[in-house]
Amino acid sequence: MKPFFFKRAIQDIRSNVFLHVITLITITLSVLIVSTFSLFLSNANKIMQTWEKGIRIIVYIEDGVPKAEIDTLQQEISRMGGVADVQYISRDKALEQLEKKMKAQNSLLENLRENPLPDALEVWVAPDKKKWDEIEMLAIHIESSHLVADVEYGQNWLKKFTGILNLFRFTGILMSVVFFMAAVFIVANTIRLLFYSRHEEFKIMQLVGATDNFIKAPFYIEGLLQGAAGGILGLFILYLAFLVMLSSIDFSFTSYFFKFSFIPGLTCIAIIISSMIAGWLGCYISLKQFLNN
Amino acid sequence: MDTSASPIIRLFHVYKRYGTQTALADITFDIAENEFVFFTGASGAGKTTLLKLLYLGEPISEGQILIDGMNLTRIPRKRIPFLRRMFGVIFQDYNLISTKTVFENIALVLEVAGHKRSLINKKVGSVLRNVGMEERMNAFPPSLSGGEQQKITIARALAGDPKIILADEPTGSLDDESAEDVMNLLRESHNNGTTVIIATHDKELIRSTTAREIRLHHGLLQLDTGIAE
Repeated sequence: MKPFFFKRAIQDIRSNVFLHVITLITITLSVLIVSTFSLFLSNANKIMQTWEKGIRIIVYIEDGVPKAEIDTLQQEISRMGGVADVQYISRDKALEQLEKKMKAQNSLLENLRENPLPDALEVWVAPDKKKWDEIEMLAIHIESSHLVADVEYGQNWLKKFTGILNLFRFTGILMSVVFFMAAVFIVANTIRLLFYSRHEEFKIMQLVGATDNFIKAPFYIEGLLQGAAGGILGLFILYLAFLVMLSSIDFSFTSYFFKFSFIPGLTCIAIIISSMIAGWLGCYISLKQFLNN
Repeated sequence: MDTSASPIIRLFHVYKRYGTQTALADITFDIAENEFVFFTGASGAGKTTLLKLLYLGEPISEGQILIDGMNLTRIPRKRIPFLRRMFGVIFQDYNLISTKTVFENIALVLEVAGHKRSLINKKVGSVLRNVGMEERMNAFPPSLSGGEQQKITIARALAGDPKIILADEPTGSLDDESAEDVMNLLRESHNNGTTVIIATHDKELIRSTTAREIRLHHGLLQLDTGIAE
């Protein structure tokens, strides 16, 4: 890109500050909204990943199954792909653990005439098999045994959380598209206004032999600069807001689960590039219409 | 003048229509390289329209125009700028960009052709010296008199070393002294090998020269004095 065109673009921006500031604010707001979704989703994904790391499948055994058969089942499960370890938890041990956990509400358990808990196997999933669909497949496989009464791996909670996450993801994509289009529209409008105001100048340029590209190049640079500036500014504002949010959160609580983090670097770059594309596209739409007439 | 030079401009039965109005009809002539030609005729005869057709400021309705071998009816849109760089056009209404300085207005011709900054600075300085406007290079066109603006337009037309200069009423709004200066600049350019075409209705100006006259009347070719000796 020739410095000459860059210089002309800067001159244009300086001589039409108000219009460019309005465009910049619009792009910045669009980026801010879209990147807020991105920030939320990237942290929600991290929550999912953290939860998946600690996931285990509890296999409840049917009543009255002899210990020998449970041992055989335990061996069968431990041979299944993706299983790291299988621990047997007898119904007595399970009750013992429950009593320890419910010390404060011991009276609830004291009145039990018999142990209501079943024998169980605790299946630990291998670290490389902690994807949701793989865990689900493993659980279905285990459940198919006639000795198994039920399996529990937080599927209901996980399904709800995944559903909410998908809803946010969808909304985020929808919002991104809407704001991308808004940014394109605003840039196109700014360029249209600039073009109207300098129509005579461009006519003269054409008469002295300027190509369309010669006239268009500074506008494209302006669009790209506005897009980049809007993208960087939007992300910077979000980062400041993120720092303020972090300072108001109780870390002793959050660090127990995971650490909040800002949008990954690559996503930031993608947002800035998208914002630049919006600037470029706005110019393209406007200039195509003008110079073809 | 080399009268044996090949035609640089050829018109074959050229028509220009605006809706149902015919501005030019059945115009045919050749102009040789390095000729000095006047397009004459009363106001509305079609002189300006004819000039505009040569640099495709207006599309041709019918007929053929060849400029240095290029057929203007077949030229692709993206080649038009390159055609226009062959011309130095002196517009009747100057067509200077009011937000650019004198220097920037002239430099534009060289910038669009992709010349280097050092050459642009040198060339613009040189043409401004030739037209005696070097000291006004940082002025903006609205602050200049009509004569000064015309000189700047000539400087701009000369800056790109064009093969052909087209001047539309270059002395029309000037006092005698300024008009003489302008004509001298155009003659000097012609002496340096440029083909010069002037559209004018100034009878005094035509009488003072032996240059070829192509006279239009209501869009028709009324007279062509042929290549002058």
